[in-house]
Amino acid sequence: MNTNDMSAGRLVRAPEGFLGPEGIRTVFSQARAGRRDFIRGTLVAATSAAASLAVAQSNPVPSAGGDPNILNLPEHSKGLGQGVATDGYGKPSRFESNLQRRQSPGLTQTTQSSVSFAPLQSMFGIVTPSGLHFERHHQGWWDVDPSRHRLMVNGSAPEMVAKPLVFTVDEIMRLPSVSRFHFIECGANTGMEWGNVAVPTAQYSHGMLSCSEFTGVPLIRLLEMAGADLKKGKFVLAEGADGSSLTRTIPLSQVLSGEVLVAYGQNGEMLRPENGYPLRLVVPGAQGVSWVKYLRRIELGDKPYATKDEAIHYIDLMPDGLHRQYTSIQECKSVITTPSGGQVLLDRGYYNITGLAWSGRSKVARVDVSVDGGRNWRAARLETPVLSKCLTRFNLDWVWDGKPVILQSRASDDTGYVQPSYRQTRAVRGTRSIYHNNSIQSWLVQENGEVKNVQLS
Amino acid sequence: MFSCRDLGLALASLACALGVMAGPPASADKYPGVGRAATPQELAAWDIDVRPDFKGLPPGSGSVAQGQDVWEAKCASCHGVFGESNQVFNPLVGGTTEQDVKTGRVARLTDAAYPSRTTLMKVATLSTLWDYINRAMPWNQPKSLTPDEVYAVTAYLLNLGNVVPDNFTLSDRNMAEAQARLPNRQGMSTAHALWPGQELGGKAKPDVTGSRCMRDCPGAITVTSALPDFARNQHGNLAEQNRAVGPQRGANTSQPELRTGVAPTAPAVTTAVTTASLAPPAKTGGTEAKVALALALATKNACTACHGLAQKIVGPSFADIAKKYPGQIDYLAAKIKSGGVGVWGPIPMPAQALSEADAKTLASWLAAGAGR
Repeated sequence: MNTNDMSAGRLVRAPEGFLGPEGIRTVFSQARAGRRDFIRGTLVAATSAAASLAVAQSNPVPSAGGDPNILNLPEHSKGLGQGVATDGYGKPSRFESNLQRRQSPGLTQTTQSSVSFAPLQSMFGIVTPSGLHFERHHQGWWDVDPSRHRLMVNGSAPEMVAKPLVFTVDEIMRLPSVSRFHFIECGANTGMEWGNVAVPTAQYSHGMLSCSEFTGVPLIRLLEMAGADLKKGKFVLAEGADGSSLTRTIPLSQVLSGEVLVAYGQNGEMLRPENGYPLRLVVPGAQGVSWVKYLRRIELGDKPYATKDEAIHYIDLMPDGLHRQYTSIQECKSVITTPSGGQVLLDRGYYNITGLAWSGRSKVARVDVSVDGGRNWRAARLETPVLSKCLTRFNLDWVWDGKPVILQSRASDDTGYVQPSYRQTRAVRGTRSIYHNNSIQSWLVQENGEVKNVQLS
Repeated sequence: MFSCRDLGLALASLACALGVMAGPPASADKYPGVGRAATPQELAAWDIDVRPDFKGLPPGSGSVAQGQDVWEAKCASCHGVFGESNQVFNPLVGGTTEQDVKTGRVARLTDAAYPSRTTLMKVATLSTLWDYINRAMPWNQPKSLTPDEVYAVTAYLLNLGNVVPDNFTLSDRNMAEAQARLPNRQGMSTAHALWPGQELGGKAKPDVTGSRCMRDCPGAITVTSALPDFARNQHGNLAEQNRAVGPQRGANTSQPELRTGVAPTAPAVTTAVTTASLAPPAKTGGTEAKVALALALATKNACTACHGLAQKIVGPSFADIAKKYPGQIDYLAAKIKSGGVGVWGPIPMPAQALSEADAKTLASWLAAGAGR
């Protein structure tokens, strides 16, 4: 099926019967009006109990002859607003403060060797606002002074790199730059869910995932400037300047492709300190730990390095007791972000099922969505842009009839790879590998409108 | 990975390269004025990595007994005296046997019932352990150990796992012998498709792939796992973690779940916005600011890794310390700086490298009751 065909994503048969375009419009307008009524009710009289969600909300014309929000002009329509540059660096609306990156309680004992999850359930499109980008630190984050930061390029032996170089951040930023959109996902994303359901929402199940426009210099350019022997060299070691001085082995073949960047820009501004200011490596498609932050050194060598984060941590235990080492690629994966676990649908009727799909190997080719636990599937619309090794937004029209349903999404990529079910993944990898869980996520929409994280047999 | 031993060679090579070439390499011509040659001292200062073939390993040695001294002073507070502690980080030692030392495969890794995976159960390359300690330990003072101390601590860890005897001294000359006894040295595989290149052999074909079925797909559709009711609010109130406008809200998990057809006693959803952002900014200079400063210092200096506000972690809770030493600012400040052992138990607290002023701030907060 052609996934660019818009008809593929159009509303088709809902479980309870067919709704025509007229019916959809009616349901939609009612649902929207119902929400407004609901919002007014809770904001104005927050203490009064809301109606049971299982009961469809109506929006009768108020007895006063109209909605007071329409009839009584609000202050912002009748007064003078605030001036320019009230806040030199603008912030989200005060009504948006629920969107925070958050820790998962009990996951770690310290905040410096820990992770915070991005609120995927409330985000739009594909770009992660930099302040909501997920965090993973091994020994705490720093706000490094860029005037004192240096990047060194050298070899594992003198013959590997003819002229080891030192760059200032000024010099890196003088070089020709490229800007590219890529996702970054921690290898342990969804790791808590290998054996059973462990967390309630998409934030905790999939929120070690973010996507930004990164700006920087292709690493290959710096290696060439240093006179690197790209025949003898097979591996690149990237090293950070922070306390953990995190190191990872990167294949030179990927560096040669030009897609590995020494980045300083993120969504039009400099990297955030939590994300490696002033320099980080961008390794498209690879798990986040390879994207070394506070990047201070690049070494070209002929052998892999078996660093702490590829020989003690970030190794995947298989059922036979062997650990897979140097696992890097984030395979094709998707998740419905709304409706998703921990949310409550306000009414029956029309909903836009929306979510994210991505692949560490290529572009997302298609996303199928099931509303019956995987028995039947429909192709979702892929929204532009659809880019390689980048988040892709998908949407699908859906009308909820108030009965329990199980929502799933299944992505496939340009290599022909199809996202597997939990049963398929566990059959090969067991339940203890921690890393690289890209199984299909299931959300149960209950009759009361509440959505739960579930796994199926 | 130039080690100190490579320095002479590096110097010679640099001199040679510069002498032979009329100018910098051709590609450098393209960006004149950008980048400069690294000096041998700079390379030596930063090029600290050690490879599995021990390239980069500096000369030095350390005994098990010396390692124990370093361990008890600088490592035991997080990892336990015997590397077994699970309180701050995953345990380092345990789960390996004499048989594993012979086979090079840790048998317990196939035992799903075994509670955790220790570092010694996992690590297949001794260089990794050495490099880890050298670059990143102790956790709050990384890169403070001398090479001899790193050898000693590595030897002590191996001794705790019965990999080397009590009288063993580890050095750059016998690393390979110790490597040959590492319990999980045969335990790694690169036979997978998750490496983005051909350098490691590996496999081209992914090990798992899904189905393309679109209609009447086979398989039971039974919910086999969901969060238990008691965990409903474990991640906090989800109503406060979702946008307060849009097609859905977060569930109010501070209340029991709304059952269909049952009149609710409280709203199942709210347009809750955490009030913090709507409240005026906290006063500065008052008690609140002092508490905030103390808490920030406790977090920044990793005090909270071992001390909970109200609960014991490795060390006593801040509340318990406050109860024991009310008003004793000087004593507490001195104790923070010097560390100690024996007052609260056998696990030592290392001396803390923070300023006098910061120690005083923390001590004042503790002496005043460690309030929030």
